Amino acid sequence: MSIATRFTTLFVGDAQADRVVPPSGFTANLTTFSAAAMAFLAVFALALSLAAGRLADRWSNDLARSSTLRISAPADQMETQVAAALRVLETTPGVATAKALSEEEQRALLEPFFGPDLPLDTLPIPQLIEIDETAQGYDAAGLRLRLAAEVPGAVLDDHTRWRKPLVRAASRLRLLGWTSFLLIGGAMAAMITLAAQAALSANKQVISVLRLVGAQDSYIAGAFVRRFTLRGFTGAAAGMVAGLIAVTLLPSAQQEGGFLTGLGFQGADWFWPLLIPVIGAAVAFAATRAAATRKLKELP
Amino acid sequence: MGAAVIELENVAYSYGGGELLSDISLKLSPGSFHFLTGPSGAGKTTFMKLCYGALLPTAGHVRLFDRDVRLMDRDEIALNRRRIGVVHQDCQFLDHLPLRENIALPLTVSGRHNIDELANLKELMAWVGLKSRAEALPPELSGGERQRAALARAVIMSPDVVLADEPTGNIDWEMSQRLLQLLVELNRMGKTIMVATHDLNLIRAAKGQVPARVLRIANRRVQLAGADL
Ligand SMILES: Nc1ncnc2c1ncn2[C@@H]1O[C@H](COP(=O)(O)OP(=O)(O)O)[C@@H](O)[C@H]1O
Ligand SMILES: [Mg+2]
Repeated sequence: MSIATRFTTLFVGDAQADRVVPPSGFTANLTTFSAAAMAFLAVFALALSLAAGRLADRWSNDLARSSTLRISAPADQMETQVAAALRVLETTPGVATAKALSEEEQRALLEPFFGPDLPLDTLPIPQLIEIDETAQGYDAAGLRLRLAAEVPGAVLDDHTRWRKPLVRAASRLRLLGWTSFLLIGGAMAAMITLAAQAALSANKQVISVLRLVGAQDSYIAGAFVRRFTLRGFTGAAAGMVAGLIAVTLLPSAQQEGGFLTGLGFQGADWFWPLLIPVIGAAVAFAATRAAATRKLKELP
Repeated sequence: MGAAVIELENVAYSYGGGELLSDISLKLSPGSFHFLTGPSGAGKTTFMKLCYGALLPTAGHVRLFDRDVRLMDRDEIALNRRRIGVVHQDCQFLDHLPLRENIALPLTVSGRHNIDELANLKELMAWVGLKSRAEALPPELSGGERQRAALARAVIMSPDVVLADEPTGNIDWEMSQRLLQLLVELNRMGKTIMVATHDLNLIRAAKGQVPARVLRIANRRVQLAGADL
């Protein structure tokens, strides 16, 4: 039998062939239910992975493009040091723009922490210079050396210090999401294998009758495989729909919520959960087929 | 020669409990009719199973249509089952399917479940006298009905050989006469028949209708029975 015919007989089958194995209402429903539960969880694992991935990308892209130079100097030297720093930055390859923040801008930055009545003019607040990098970026170590020589009060904060752990955390979270996704798939394979084995054992008599009348193993296995593939697919499809509804009902992404509210799917991401029923069917197919092949070899 | 449909050459069969059959050589030529007899537990069923590849001999060779069963994979054995109709000792059916579908099962599993074949099915069910029972489920059938249904199922693929293991096992005399009649008819159509039975009356009844050879299993060997039957 060619692969193509095998494939058509598997999925189109003939209705008659599926009737040779007696129906099994209750266990069938259990299998479908488990597949649905797994798919539901898989939707969340997927949402977590995708959201963590988005976060990691954003943090590593946005923050990589900007950094801050902080200048602490006695009030009388401040202006010369700021001017010196801007000069250094202008001649640094990889720096697109460098701009000293105005007093209002600095106040706005500090307001969330100290309130609106901060007497900025009487406090020795460092002057901040905002740096935007070109796509290539600059050499932070080299810049630090030049600044140390020419602007003693300057501290370069290239954000990598606090960005790195965040990006790492987001990447870990993404990995965790994908690991959960794989584990869910594995659990589903295990569950289907158990169910299929139970079905094969319960139908020993049926199998021996089929053998007696000349059924080949592929035919017998096919009857079970089709059945479980269909259950895996319908269960996973139902679970996926339920999972998507639940994700849609989550509060929408907001600036203040940060990560937690960004858990939904965005844009092309909606495509991925649609694969879950297909994956569910594929897992059920492979698991049942393996179980059936093993069992049919065992049976006399 | 190579004309035998089923050939056993120095076949032995042993299991954990010891040797059940030893050094059996036999050829079933096309169109022949054999009875296989012997006391209960002598190994008739085992012998039949060797003849359709359900068991492999522990020594010697079994050839089905000139091919050694030992060289066959499971698929090939399955394909051979379609040329060898078997009436199993305890007539197993699929209890959830109506009789009609049970009898058509060999067609179904070989992908020949089409209209033409189903026309044959009706004819066949009439032939074994089960036309009116087409929709009955197997557990609803009497012993005789099950035996006839099993025979119909065994012949629906027009096999070359029909092996019947105690086909009259637990049915009354009249019904076993009727079943014998069907087997004789099949033999007249050219089929090779082997019937395992411990019922000597059945063999005597057959002798007038068909030139049957009688094989007897005794002391682990198969011998041609004498004229005392
Ligand atoms: N694989 C086996 N394991 C255990 N016992 C067996 C096995 N094969 C055959 N026997 C035994 O061999 C004897 C012959 O069985 P069988 O072929 O059914 O004889 P018959 O059909 O003539 O009554 C029985 O006692 C059966 O229990
Ligand atoms: Mg027996």
